[in-house]
Amino acid sequence: MRKFDTKVQYLKYKVLREVARKAWDGTLYDELLDIPKTIVPGKTPTMRCCVYKERAILGERVKIAMGGDKTNPNIIEVIDIACDECPAAGYEVTDSCRGCLAHRCEDVCKRGAITFDHNHVAHIDKSKCVECGLCAKVCPFSAITNRKRPCQNACKVKAITINEDNAAAINNDKCIQCGACVYQCPFGAITDKSYILTAIDAIKNSNNNRDYKVYAMVAPSISSQFTYAKLGQVITGLKELGFFTVIEAALGADMVANAEAKELAQKGFLTSSCCPAFVEYIKSAFPQLLPLVSHNLSPMTTLAKYIKETDKNAKVIFIGPCTAKKAEAQLDEVKPYIDAVLTFEELQALFDSRDINITELEDDVLDNASYFGRIFARSGGLTDAVSQALKEQQIDFPLKAVSCDGIEACKVALLKKSKNVLDANFIEGMACVGGCIGGAGCLTHGVKDKSQVDEYGREALEKSISDAISMLK
Amino acid sequence: MKITVCIGSSCHIKGSRIVVEELQKLISENNLTEKIELAGTFCMGKCQQGVCVTVDDEFYSVSPETVKNFFEETVKNKI
Repeated sequence: MRKFDTKVQYLKYKVLREVARKAWDGTLYDELLDIPKTIVPGKTPTMRCCVYKERAILGERVKIAMGGDKTNPNIIEVIDIACDECPAAGYEVTDSCRGCLAHRCEDVCKRGAITFDHNHVAHIDKSKCVECGLCAKVCPFSAITNRKRPCQNACKVKAITINEDNAAAINNDKCIQCGACVYQCPFGAITDKSYILTAIDAIKNSNNNRDYKVYAMVAPSISSQFTYAKLGQVITGLKELGFFTVIEAALGADMVANAEAKELAQKGFLTSSCCPAFVEYIKSAFPQLLPLVSHNLSPMTTLAKYIKETDKNAKVIFIGPCTAKKAEAQLDEVKPYIDAVLTFEELQALFDSRDINITELEDDVLDNASYFGRIFARSGGLTDAVSQALKEQQIDFPLKAVSCDGIEACKVALLKKSKNVLDANFIEGMACVGGCIGGAGCLTHGVKDKSQVDEYGREALEKSISDAISMLK
Repeated sequence: MKITVCIGSSCHIKGSRIVVEELQKLISENNLTEKIELAGTFCMGKCQQGVCVTVDDEFYSVSPETVKNFFEETVKNKI
C-alpha cells in the first residue's frame, strides 16, 4: 500500500527513519555521516547529476532531521543546494499559441500587456504584466502558462523570494510556517525541522514510563491517515514505540469550543485561535485585528495543560498534520506544556525505525472526545462545534460564522473585517485548504479525507461537547 | 481523601463518565464535598481492569453498575 503522496516525502522519510534508528541504538553521533551513503549506495545517480550531490543534499536532510539550523528560528528551512533554481518567469506564451483571431487574452488584460507579432502570436510585455493570470484562464488553447516557481505559487503570504544565487529564500517576518512550500517543492528543497530526537530521548529516558510518563496526543486528522491500517493499530503502535498512553487532541477541541462559545457571546466578535499559522498571519498581516483573536489556547495546548495539571512530571508529545504546530510549541505560553511536536510523516518514520508493522498489531481503543471535537480536523468543523457549544450552554447568541480554509480565503475575510464590511461575527481561520486534513505533515491527501473525519466523529462515544468535557471538572 | 478516576480511552469506553458523574452526585448528596477530592487521570496502566479508580493510591476496579456499591461500602468506610 502506498504510504506517501510523493517521492520527495518518501526520501525525507528514509532520512528520518535512519536518523531515528541510530538514535534508538545510541549510535547516531558515531554514524550520522554514514547515513547519506546508506540511502544512496553505489555510483549511479537516481535523482541528481551525481551521487555526490545526492549525498551532499542528504547530509543537509540529516541535519534538519536532527533539529536543523539552531540560529534560524524558522521551522521551515531551505536546503539551498537542493533548490533546482526553477525558472521564475511568471506568465509566458508557449508554442501552443496558434495566432488566433479572437484575442481573448488581449481583451481580458486590463494592463495592456499583450501584443501580437506579424504571425498574430501573442507576447506578454513583462514591464506591464502584474501576473494576474486572466489571460491564461481565457486562452482556448491553454497556450499561456505560469512559470512561477512552485514554492512561490504555494506561498500565499508571499514570503518566498529568490536570493542572489537564484535559490529560494524565506522571509521569516512574513512566513507563517504553514508548510505549503514544503509540500509543493518538487525537489524537496524546502523542509520542516524535525524534533524526532527530542521525542526519542523523552521515551528512552523515561525508564519505560517509570520515571515519568510520556503521553502521545494525536490530532483528529489522524482519521484520514495511515489508511493502510486501522486506527486502533496505530494506537497500539504508539504504545509499542514506548508512549505511556494516547489521548485525542480532539478533547482539547471540545474544551476550546466550550470556552470559545462563551468568549464569543461576551465579546460579540472573534476569530478562532486554533490554527497557529492563521494566528501568525494575523500577527504579520493584520496586526490591528489581533485583539479580536480568541484568547483561548489551541486545543493542543489546552489539553496538554490539563494533562500536566493531573500529572506534573508528564511529557506531552503532539502528533499531527502540521508544521506550524512545531512553531506554536516554541511560544512562551505553550512551551511549558508541549515537549515536542511530530508530524504523521515523522510518526511513520518512527514506526519503521523500530520495525513496527502496524498492520500486524492488535486493535487498541482511542475515545476521549465528542463528535464535535473530532470534526475540528476539517474546514467548518470548528464553526459547527462553537454553534453546538452555544446551544448546549443555552447561550442566546446569533452566530454568523464564516469558515475560511486556505490563506487566500482567510485574507478575504480579514480584509473585509479590517474595513468593517464583514457580514459575520465569527471567523474560523485555517491556513490549509480543507482544514487540518490538508496539512503539510500529512502522509497522504485524498478526496475521502473529509468523509473519513466525519465518520470518525460519528464513532465517538460522546455525542455532545458537554458530556465529553464533563469528566474534566 | 482523594478519589481518582481514569478517563483514558479504555476506561472511557467502559463508562468512566458515568462513574465520575455518579460519584459527583453521591459525594454532594452525602455532603462530602469538603472531605473528598475527585480527580481525573489519563490511564493507570491497568486497562483490563477498568474502570480504574484509586482511593488515596489504593486501586479499585469499578463499573457504572458497581459504583454505588463501591461508594457505600468502600468510600464511606474510609472516611
